[in-house]
Amino acid sequence: MTESLRPLPVPTPETKHFWDGTRAGELRLQQCNDCQHVYFPPRPFCPECSSRNVQVVVASGRATLESYVISHRPHKAFTGPYAIALVALEEGPRMMSNIVGCEQTPEALQLDMPLQVTFEDTGADIHLPLFTPVGASL
Amino acid sequence: MTGVAVVGAAETTQLGKIPDLSQIQLHADAALNAMADAGLSAKDIDGIATAGSRPTDLAHYLGITPTWVDGTAVGGCSFMLHVRHAVAALTTGQCSTVLITHGESGRSGVGREGFARAPASLSGQFEMPFGPMGPPTLFTLPVLRYMKDYAMSHEQLAMVAVVQRQWASMNPRASFQDPITVDDVLASKMIAYPFHLLECCLVTDGGGALILTRAERANDFPQPPVYIRGTGESVETPMVSQMQDLTSSRAFAVAGPAAMTDAKINHDDVDHLMVYDAFAHLPIYGLEDLGFCKRGEAPDFIWEQNTAPGGSLPMNTNGGGLSYMHSGMYGMYAMQESVRQVRGTAAAQVDNVNISLCLGVGGMFGAAGCVVFAREPS
Repeated sequence: MTESLRPLPVPTPETKHFWDGTRAGELRLQQCNDCQHVYFPPRPFCPECSSRNVQVVVASGRATLESYVISHRPHKAFTGPYAIALVALEEGPRMMSNIVGCEQTPEALQLDMPLQVTFEDTGADIHLPLFTPVGASL
Repeated sequence: MTGVAVVGAAETTQLGKIPDLSQIQLHADAALNAMADAGLSAKDIDGIATAGSRPTDLAHYLGITPTWVDGTAVGGCSFMLHVRHAVAALTTGQCSTVLITHGESGRSGVGREGFARAPASLSGQFEMPFGPMGPPTLFTLPVLRYMKDYAMSHEQLAMVAVVQRQWASMNPRASFQDPITVDDVLASKMIAYPFHLLECCLVTDGGGALILTRAERANDFPQPPVYIRGTGESVETPMVSQMQDLTSSRAFAVAGPAAMTDAKINHDDVDHLMVYDAFAHLPIYGLEDLGFCKRGEAPDFIWEQNTAPGGSLPMNTNGGGLSYMHSGMYGMYAMQESVRQVRGTAAAQVDNVNISLCLGVGGMFGAAGCVVFAREPS
């Protein structure tokens, strides 16, 4: 397949589990074993209580649309206006992503709409977590 | 009181499009103008702070031998943090006269360093793959959440730009001076929904510089001193997607009240306000995080012309980043306007400004610095 034109992430030792997870079709977060805080982006300690006693957990992939912009600036990886979204994961953390399987319009992109994770193979050994409206067919 | 005063303040001779000066010369042009304003030369300066370029570069270029150096770089509010750090340095005797410079070839790009994010950084991994194209698509991301939670209309967001243009129309140095309407704003080109072109800052070239010294020396200079009454600073996150609350800046809410507490002032004491406006929602967040408005009430406060000429809380009286100028790191220009308003020399001068509060942002809600300027030392 053709390699994605997106600027692709370069995993670090601290984020490898996340990108291994997306390749395996899992959205992996981390949880503190001491205070139970679930967090993102990855780091090998809890940002809430500073404990190093943390584990990787698999998220449900369910989320809601918390905010977004529809960029009208040209981008080599996108055709026409595209939404850059902030999604609130069911487990608590927020992440940036894109909404696929959906018109990129204010009418189609309603705040708080339910979303489900899907993974895009970039062709460069990186799978990106994207989100689609619940019930949409990709 | 902090025991420190501004005794020299100036911007670059030109603002706007300056293709014949490189970035370091924009710093130097502003610095030389500030030295002239204070009646000093480089040999009188023993402390230097800058961001966007290295203090080493500036000290060498200007011919300064410093005993105190600060290169704190947290984005456009770095210069507010430099003021705060300079207060500490001056009052503990680490130096006696501090120069803070800003210069940025934001439009022409002459001798400017890049802002690329490393693909292994957290934002390189967890934001850049999803298509952000610079601040217009990042800084703007939280606002739809604010609009839904607090029922702010597109017209209310547009009004921020309209009011600031009212101020700019009184300022011959402003990049844009023609009055605009809410309809004009909403009819301007869509940049990143819900932001139109006129709700986004300018991209210009320019610079500014401040000279600070201890208050007991402040009357020995040509200009009336502007005292630093209080300061505050904070940082939150390098990733806008990881803000604690999309409808409030934690860094604003830490730095602003800290400066007001330091200055021992309350909201009624503030005669003039500057809130760094890279985009139209910034003044709304600033008014609420500083406590001038309750949560969700700033859009109405601006809509009702309270921050406009003749209003109860004149804000961004130079026209702001939306209409005056914005080189990329605008914080220095906000402080220059505070100094002018307290000195009584602003283009759109507000009557009787004793206290001016100046709030800056760095990154995309990543950092904040706040400085309270005053005509009297305490």
